Amino acid sequence: MSLTVASIESDKKAALSALLNAGNLDDLKAARLAHVGDKSPLAKANQALGSLPGTERAEFGKVIGAARAEVNAAYAEREEFLIGERDSKILAAERVDVSLPTKRGSVGGLHPLTILTNEISDLFVGLGYTVAEGPELESGWLNFDALNIPADHPARTMQDTFFVEPLDSGLVMRTHTSPVQIRTMLDRKPPIYVICPGRTYRADELDATHTPVFNQVEGLVIDKGITMAHLKGTLDFFAAKIFGPDVTTRIRPSFFPFTEPSAEVDFFYRGRWVEWGGCGMVNPKVLQACGIDTDEYSGFAFGMGLERTLMVRHGIADMHDIVEGDIRFSQAFGTGTR
Amino acid sequence: MKLPLSWLAEFVEIPKNMNMAAIAEHFVTVGFEVESIENAAENIKGPLVIGTVIAIEELQDHKKPIRYVELDCAEREHRFVICGATNFVVGDKVVVALPGASLPGNFAITARETYGKTSNGMICSSRELGLSDEHSGIIVVNDSAVKNGDDAITALMIDDPIIDITVNPDRGYALSIRGAARELASVLKVAFKDPADSVLPSNLKIEGTSKPIAVVIDELNGADIIFLRTLESVNPNKTAPVWMQRRIQKCGMRSISVAVDITNYVMLELGQPLHAFDSDKISGKIHVQNAGKFAKIKTLDGVERNLNKGDLLITDDKNALAIAGTMGGLDSEVTAETKRITIEAAHFSALAVAKNSRHHILSSEASRRFERGVDPALAEIASARAAQLLIELTGAHYVGVESDGVMRNVPTIPLNPANISTLIGYGYTDIQVAAALESVGCLVNKSGKPSTWAITPPSWRPDLQNTADLAEEVARRYGYQLIPSVLPPVRITEESGLNLAQKRKRAIAIKLANLGLTEVQTYPFVSAEIMKLLGFTGDRAKTFKIANPMSEETPFLRTHLTPGLLLTAQRNINRGAKSIAIFELGSIFRNLTALKPQASIRTDQRPTGTVISEIYNSVPKQPLHAGGILGGKIENASWWGKGRSVSWSDAVDMAATLLDEMGATYKVSNTDLAPWHPGRCAEFQIDGKPVAHAGELHPRIISDLGLPDRTSAFVVVLDAVPFREQISAPKVWTMPAAIQDISLIVAESVSSAEVSEALKIGAGDLLESITLFDRYDQVGEGKISLAFTLVFRAEDRTLTAEEVSLLRESAGNAAVKACGATIRSA
Repeated sequence: MSLTVASIESDKKAALSALLNAGNLDDLKAARLAHVGDKSPLAKANQALGSLPGTERAEFGKVIGAARAEVNAAYAEREEFLIGERDSKILAAERVDVSLPTKRGSVGGLHPLTILTNEISDLFVGLGYTVAEGPELESGWLNFDALNIPADHPARTMQDTFFVEPLDSGLVMRTHTSPVQIRTMLDRKPPIYVICPGRTYRADELDATHTPVFNQVEGLVIDKGITMAHLKGTLDFFAAKIFGPDVTTRIRPSFFPFTEPSAEVDFFYRGRWVEWGGCGMVNPKVLQACGIDTDEYSGFAFGMGLERTLMVRHGIADMHDIVEGDIRFSQAFGTGTR
Repeated sequence: MKLPLSWLAEFVEIPKNMNMAAIAEHFVTVGFEVESIENAAENIKGPLVIGTVIAIEELQDHKKPIRYVELDCAEREHRFVICGATNFVVGDKVVVALPGASLPGNFAITARETYGKTSNGMICSSRELGLSDEHSGIIVVNDSAVKNGDDAITALMIDDPIIDITVNPDRGYALSIRGAARELASVLKVAFKDPADSVLPSNLKIEGTSKPIAVVIDELNGADIIFLRTLESVNPNKTAPVWMQRRIQKCGMRSISVAVDITNYVMLELGQPLHAFDSDKISGKIHVQNAGKFAKIKTLDGVERNLNKGDLLITDDKNALAIAGTMGGLDSEVTAETKRITIEAAHFSALAVAKNSRHHILSSEASRRFERGVDPALAEIASARAAQLLIELTGAHYVGVESDGVMRNVPTIPLNPANISTLIGYGYTDIQVAAALESVGCLVNKSGKPSTWAITPPSWRPDLQNTADLAEEVARRYGYQLIPSVLPPVRITEESGLNLAQKRKRAIAIKLANLGLTEVQTYPFVSAEIMKLLGFTGDRAKTFKIANPMSEETPFLRTHLTPGLLLTAQRNINRGAKSIAIFELGSIFRNLTALKPQASIRTDQRPTGTVISEIYNSVPKQPLHAGGILGGKIENASWWGKGRSVSWSDAVDMAATLLDEMGATYKVSNTDLAPWHPGRCAEFQIDGKPVAHAGELHPRIISDLGLPDRTSAFVVVLDAVPFREQISAPKVWTMPAAIQDISLIVAESVSSAEVSEALKIGAGDLLESITLFDRYDQVGEGKISLAFTLVFRAEDRTLTAEEVSLLRESAGNAAVKACGATIRSA
């Protein structure tokens, strides 16, 4: 076989043309076999180099090498182009409507009362408080007597109590979370900083604003030098965290057997005053019943209804939504992320 | 307590330019919520006059009595008006709304044709004028001070705002004009004229000839003081004057008869409940004593009541006359024939009256006051005031007073005035402290050491007993708005923060929410019916009964979370939900220990440790459960396919997931426990103790409640799951894993958990995981096939094929041995 520069050039051109004209990867494969592979003219020319004398071999070797490099590069370029073309066709065909529904299971959520309870607990934990809890079916002594609510005192009938049979057991569905305060004072020594959220019971008919089973959160602080000003400061902190910094609170005199002085706390929110709860300085009689030295320690306590707080904050018009367990209601609150 | 402004103004110098809203705000400042401020005159316009009935023509042939009434309203001609009421006679003075007038509810009065006559106005009832709810007849004003043609708004003193305040239980004294006026004067810092001061019992002169009724307090715990004043020559048919009737009406009570009106009037003004007896119906002496042998009494409301031995009564020598401080008896009441009246005024024990009121479910104007505390100094004064009024208004003759008991001394309170500022957190001066205490009636004696005053509370303030009580008086007098707002310094104690149980409860709730369940909070009240439907037995049938339930249908406390959850699921389904996934975290109540009667425990000192434990132990355990219901589709149908319905396994998985979350090591086995399907209930045990149940509900329950087929439930007793130790991190080995499958044939009765457990033990420490990938039950002969994938891995080397094959064999052999399995050849 005779090698000429012209023939090499012509083989190269043919190869480049074939590669460039390959319209798809199958054509390209055929072109590769014909023009790039071991049986291609340029490969054969390369094999023929061995029979040439030294000087010619080097000279032609160079020419063939350059031609093959050019063809290989053209092949690589064409292959990449054709792969890209093929892939984009496939991907285009695989397009979907990403707005289709994707939720295959149900959406869960926490009850908003749970979310609020956690929120309140957290903000008081941040002030160093402990979260205290107690039983819902409770000893009458802890629910009433120790809180300076003696039997046959009108204050006892103020709270429409659910009694449990037999009546002489003295067991009641707790009418407030205050027995948790008593348990805390009996179990621990001051300083005491606790927040007591929980379920409470009063014999009220369920209507748009009342429910016989409701939730309270109470706070109790017993320490040296605690004043009513500290109570006010704590209520202001609480209200601002729950309703935002623009909220205003006020306290006004009231009566609770377990506090003296006693007060009602209201807050001004979205243009109106709302009754929030009761509060006051812990009655020395209550401290006495728990064995706390009233010369050394004083304290304050407060208690709010969580349903009321929730209804005002979230614009809930009807208590039924809170108690009925319609999942459409709670799902709106998710797990409380804001 | 309803307070007519005109009555308050008799005792308080209310500044002239002060409006009602400001007065109300002052009451709020000192601790009396204002329920309402009403002035009936604001809803009445135009001519409303007094007229005398001249003639009555009874119109016939109508379904109800209709009268055509001729009236003299001091006009040029008599006026004729149609009237449907019949409680008046010729000569009575009545209230006439003339055409052009407008009554409450924008009711315009016009001359109109009716019943074939022209009616030139309307004769009014109290309700039509908005004065009270009385509508049994029209107003009759038989008072010589009122003349024909008088403006009725003036004559009936209608233009008088009424403030209704709420009186807290510690302020019984404020259930009177006297007490409320004192509060208002104190906060306005103006003079107060005490109406009690103007009553001088010694001015009553004996004119009668009969003997006064004698009295003795037999039950010393029932009353400490009682006064009886007897009068004769009473004319009981007189009526109380308009001003008195109207004031009683403004305070929300009804005018009854002159004697009763006088007792009520004095009670409203001073706060002392009084009772008027017909003296001639009293045998011998009046006694204050417990019911004892007296078995029955018919009270003024016409009810015959069985007496409890401990009821405190007013009796004579023979009969029960009244339930003390609560309600009088019918047999001794003042009637139209009464000639002699005995006014009784006592200071009954608040406790005794509270018990009376509770036993008889009878709350009266008197009992409300006694329960909250009546000024013991008033018995003498109020009885004298009532006697005086009887003399003035009925021409009665006073025959004298009898009394028993003495007023107890009010103990003084030592006070360091600085302690008030310390407790409140605001610096009151000594002068301010003294002024505040004096304005509520205290005597302030500063003659001791400078820091030790002696405070004597007034007789009407038994609630003032210590520094805290006095501090409230000072703080409210100057207003709580003065108190600064100071956040106490943050105190971190050993217990600060959430405890393990609280953190775990939160984690469980969030886990369930993220698994697609929605939290509900159900009432713990359940019916016998649902407990029966769910088939509870054993501990779960032992419930507590509420003595006074909201509904007679649901008097029991839940012993399990499923009743509330199922009814909530049902409610959602009834409202159109197709699927349900809900959970609840809550306490349950099981009556498992005998309840002991509550011992009497004093409250003036800390109970001993033993007593505290007894109190705690008297309260039944109320463990925290987590429960849930899954029904309908767990995966919805949509463009991806038909979805998947809930099965027993979803509920079992929830329970397992929760136990895993808590790091529990547990065993699962089949059990038969209501309310679950007997063949599809899993029991989870920790150390041999059941801690959770899950599976498909019994089909009968599902169909009874109309829930989706195969609805499933889980319940985990959170309190029964021990807190996990601090988590130790798993070793994450990075050498290649070797995967081996093994198929076993076992008897149907063998659980997959047992086989899996045996394989695990046989496979040894190099087993990284084991997964059941197939279960085939068509093997026959009561056998099933279970196929597992075993993944082995070593820490330090690639396992050889020989090693792995030996491990697989060892695993299989263990299953053969433990479960009677045969290994299937591939």
